[in-house]
Amino acid sequence: MGHTLAEKILIHNTKVKTCRPGDIVITKPDVVMFHDIYTPFVYDKFKEMGFTKVWDKNKVVIMLDHLLPTCLKDDPRHLRYGYKFAEEFGIENFHAADGISHQLMPELRYAKPGGVVYVTDSHTTTYGAVGCFSTGIGYTEMASILGTGELWARVPSAIKIQIDGELPAGVYAKDIILRILGDIKADGGTYKSLEFCGTTVDALSVDSRLTISNMVVECGGKVGLFAVDKKTAEYSGVDYEEFRWLQFDKEAEYEQELHYDATTLVPYVACPPYVDNVHPIHDVAGIEVHEVFIGSCTNGRLEDLAIAAKILEGKKIDKFVKFIVTPASRQIFKDAIAAGYIETLVQAGAMVTHPYCSLCQGRSGGLMAENEVLLGTNNRNFLGRMGSAKAKTYLSSPAVAAVSAITGKITDPRTVSK
Amino acid sequence: MQRSFEGKIWRFGDDIDTDIIIPTQYVALPTVEEMKQYTFEPLRPELAALIQPGDIIVAGKNFGCGSSREQAPEVLCALKIRCIIAKSFARIFFRNAINNGLLLIESPDLQDHCEEGDTVKVEINSKLVCNGKEYAIPAMPDNLFTIIEDGGLVRSMKKRNHVIE
Repeated sequence: MGHTLAEKILIHNTKVKTCRPGDIVITKPDVVMFHDIYTPFVYDKFKEMGFTKVWDKNKVVIMLDHLLPTCLKDDPRHLRYGYKFAEEFGIENFHAADGISHQLMPELRYAKPGGVVYVTDSHTTTYGAVGCFSTGIGYTEMASILGTGELWARVPSAIKIQIDGELPAGVYAKDIILRILGDIKADGGTYKSLEFCGTTVDALSVDSRLTISNMVVECGGKVGLFAVDKKTAEYSGVDYEEFRWLQFDKEAEYEQELHYDATTLVPYVACPPYVDNVHPIHDVAGIEVHEVFIGSCTNGRLEDLAIAAKILEGKKIDKFVKFIVTPASRQIFKDAIAAGYIETLVQAGAMVTHPYCSLCQGRSGGLMAENEVLLGTNNRNFLGRMGSAKAKTYLSSPAVAAVSAITGKITDPRTVSK
Repeated sequence: MQRSFEGKIWRFGDDIDTDIIIPTQYVALPTVEEMKQYTFEPLRPELAALIQPGDIIVAGKNFGCGSSREQAPEVLCALKIRCIIAKSFARIFFRNAINNGLLLIESPDLQDHCEEGDTVKVEINSKLVCNGKEYAIPAMPDNLFTIIEDGGLVRSMKKRNHVIE
């Protein structure tokens, strides 16, 4: 009998001989992290529960990424609680303004192949890209793990998603995951492991795979996993030979198998107010946009900035468009400066911000007014998520976003001369 | 825990996300008591003032999708919502609700056959009764029912750590 990637990691972690979907297992996380939106709640619940020390301070990470710089008057309190928890319980893995937590966790190698990681945030699924069983939890469960080092998990059933063939020009990882979300809908992956394979997936960079795993939660997925290959091993600084166990089993039982031919994919756009309201770009091309955002834990990585810079080289954005670019981490920001991407984007008219969650979290710079239209590379377009409940948010790849910033309307990157 | 109770229905559709339940600009307010007046603001800004203790939310599929913010079940608890009955729940919201002692019940049918303002009677681990019609509901797994019976995960952990008997 074979196992899915999710089952393999849970068996590896819990030392059970075997497991099947529906089994409840007690996991011992390799790393946990909480961020500044939840610091006061984690601190208070941890104390209220009666704990006096964390189970293993080397396995605890605190990141301040949503509220730096602060934008509302109660925000500094959350930062203070972060420092307070770190000082009181000796947490040395502490990052303030180094970037978005979901970029930093794999980039700084806290989240690694074969690991089990829990974070107080839904986009924790991101690290599945490096073969890590990682998923979001609430602050009460975080407080209990910090004290006990354990968390119960239900073994998920799994959907295998095989994508083969070469992606056409102008089509990227973001288009793959948007297409899948449009097909299986906002609850199509609830409680499940989504596992990605095929020749297209093999050819994707780790950056691109992170984009796909990041959005798995938008169909309710528990984890979004990729097998470990040499690219993952290099990214995560591990020996590939040690992770031969984290490959697809031919005999594994999948609840559902989906196949895609990459050569038939086009740029897609998620239309307001649901992430699964996905349309091929020709359905929405020409819609006027007032703001364009490139950033977030979905698409703020170096290759995303490279794609945008290539399109915007020597160009100017539409004079009525506000264009915000937010690198996902300090390292990416530095690399993008060194590569000249930031200069290109600034020359084109972008407002480049320091690395953080930016307007994706819906409470800082760039919020939208009634009847305004935003085109963003982030992961959510919910009602009122980024300003007024009467603003409209469309989601796309960085290529669609960059081209649309020039034209001032949603534009297919394949129609623009190279 | 009371095994049988009834309450007035507030009816919702599919995919009610946690940004609708409590928008991000309010999640850093100092207390849940200060947040609760903004519950459901983007969709139904008038609602938080109308909800009475003991009321029941009935919704379609995927209730609580989106962000992991635990303030979502916390504001519903603060408004003293008795339970939520939906076709399905998103997984993080499901765990967070249980951990706060908020009862969730899956029913594939009730939302299609009730109106806002109707009364529903709940018999835990057995059935729902609404407008003279009965709807079977599944039993809750033991490990979760224990947390709810304890009144949430904080109280469970307090017991474990002998902070309370």
